[in-house]
Amino acid sequence: MRRRLLNPITHNAKDFWTGVIYIVIGSGAWIISRDYGMGSAVKMGPAYFPTILGILLTGIGIISVIRSFLKPGSPIGTFAWKGLVLIVVSTLLFGVIVRGAGLIIALPLLVIISAFASARFSWKTSLVEAAGITVFCILVFLKGLGVPLPILGSWFGY
Amino acid sequence: MELLANLGLGFSTCLTPLNLFYCLVGVFLGTLIGVLPGLGPTATIAMLLPITFTLSPVTALIMLAGIYYGSQYGGSTTSILVNVPGEAASVVTTLDGYQMARQGRAGVALTTAAVGSFFAGTVATVILALFAPPLAAVALKFGPAEFFSLMVLGLLASIVLARGSLLHAMGMVFLGLLLGLVGTDVNSGTQRFTFGIIQLADGIGFVVVAMGMFGLAEITRNLENEGERSTVVKKIANLMPTREDWKRMVAPILRGTAIGSAVGILPGSGSILGSFGAYAIEKKVSKNSKEFGKGAIEGVAAPESANNAGAQTSFIPMLTLGIPSNPVMALMIGAMIIQGIQPGPSVITDQPKLFWGIIVSMWIGNLFLIILNLPMIGMWVRIVSVPYQMLYPAILVFCGIGVFSLNNTEFDIYAMALFGVLGYIFVKLDCEPAPMLLAYILGPMMEEYMRRALLLSRGDPMVFIKRPISAALLAFAAVAIIAASLPAMYKKREEAFRE
Repeated sequence: MRRRLLNPITHNAKDFWTGVIYIVIGSGAWIISRDYGMGSAVKMGPAYFPTILGILLTGIGIISVIRSFLKPGSPIGTFAWKGLVLIVVSTLLFGVIVRGAGLIIALPLLVIISAFASARFSWKTSLVEAAGITVFCILVFLKGLGVPLPILGSWFGY
Repeated sequence: MELLANLGLGFSTCLTPLNLFYCLVGVFLGTLIGVLPGLGPTATIAMLLPITFTLSPVTALIMLAGIYYGSQYGGSTTSILVNVPGEAASVVTTLDGYQMARQGRAGVALTTAAVGSFFAGTVATVILALFAPPLAAVALKFGPAEFFSLMVLGLLASIVLARGSLLHAMGMVFLGLLLGLVGTDVNSGTQRFTFGIIQLADGIGFVVVAMGMFGLAEITRNLENEGERSTVVKKIANLMPTREDWKRMVAPILRGTAIGSAVGILPGSGSILGSFGAYAIEKKVSKNSKEFGKGAIEGVAAPESANNAGAQTSFIPMLTLGIPSNPVMALMIGAMIIQGIQPGPSVITDQPKLFWGIIVSMWIGNLFLIILNLPMIGMWVRIVSVPYQMLYPAILVFCGIGVFSLNNTEFDIYAMALFGVLGYIFVKLDCEPAPMLLAYILGPMMEEYMRRALLLSRGDPMVFIKRPISAALLAFAAVAIIAASLPAMYKKREEAFRE
């Protein structure tokens, strides 16, 4: 009895992509580790453990990919693209500008951009919340805990 | 009796104004985040870790512990009042708790949950006090091979008890172990996987990983579909259960406590499995099983006792063996490491104040909780209606500033964002992040134990099987994995998680 091979991307995307990711990371770990010394069993070098792990991870990845051709899986489901992009962008942006622009600009931006990801976004609430959070954080983190972040940053000469 | 002397030490450590204050803060925060949907103890503890650096180890751990078992209390409030579990372990409480609320018995349900949780918390504290020392004593006789195998067992057990695909979870463990190795190798000074980035010389930082995978990824997941929340907040008039109620809740509370305590020790989910299991068993065993799902008081008493017991007994492997049984414990271990305390069986002898202080603080915390929760129900109810779209930007802000404050570098913020993306992708691909976090914490330690074991055995890899305890641990691990992968067990696992 011959089994038809599935199209892994439509029928078992989860296994397929997981496998791909694992193969890439596992092989990467193993290949990069070749530069560190392997040492011997009695005196493990820095490459010993990562190599074993890399090989095992690659193995699991291969099994996963093979399985994706043979067994159908459940679909991935809604992917929150807008949410993911906005959360990541707002976080990265915060990191980039926080010391240059200062909390008073970086925090409201973080709040508003990330809040935008919600279907229930409203300018009014976000602006109020941004203001509230900024004040709260300046009081608690700056004054209270002494975190070295500027209220107004180096772009403005502080 | 030595136990009394130890408990005395614990009480004297706890009953300082500072520690009492932070215990209160911890359980209050815990209840708060338990009530707020979308924010869990893992993300919160990760967010607060930077702040704990300024506190002494005892105080820090007392507070963090309070957050954890406090969140189990808070989670039941939303489950009962709004049919939305504030905490993963409280999902089961929605089944009967919400029905009781609709019948006007919300107050009774809340009281039942509180009483059950307090009883369970007390019992679990006693269990900790009784069993932790002997366990630590046994573990002190462990050599590196035994510790290595113990960690293997712990990680494999977390795979078995994780949601989603077994295969993927196994991969997550290896991935976590690899990530834990990023940084400077202590033995040789070699920089591994750092790609020349200075900020990686000390490793990625588990707060970064935790906040990314459990904070940002969770927020993104919640944004997938923002459902409506129906708030049945009728006036909560009557808090007192009737005599009939009291009679009916005794047995479920006892059973729930037993199940929760046992399951909490197992690596995996701490309190979640316990509450599910307690509900299922209670339903099978109860005379009133037909009422389950329609407002049976047993359906609230059992899981609520179980999840509180489980939250506390999950400290046992962490405090005695240095093995985390769930992501929250992994973070606690991280907190200890940062404070310069090496987790493991020597903690109980080297740091008796810390050990007994934490144990006693759990009981005091439970006392605070039962006093806090019932009178303050009105306030919690109002907090329940904080809309998520206002909550998550605040979470993001705390994560951003918090992660920056660890090393004062923006790099950590970027790394956290990266792990947020990875975490979300992994969740969509059915790869549980919990085993990864556990493996991440254990990675460097496992390597070290493997190294020492091989050194002592002069390069013989069979040492892990030749030494009896080590062999037994590995055998357990193998049995667990094989059993879980057999088709029959596979189905049961899937069913259990679908419930």
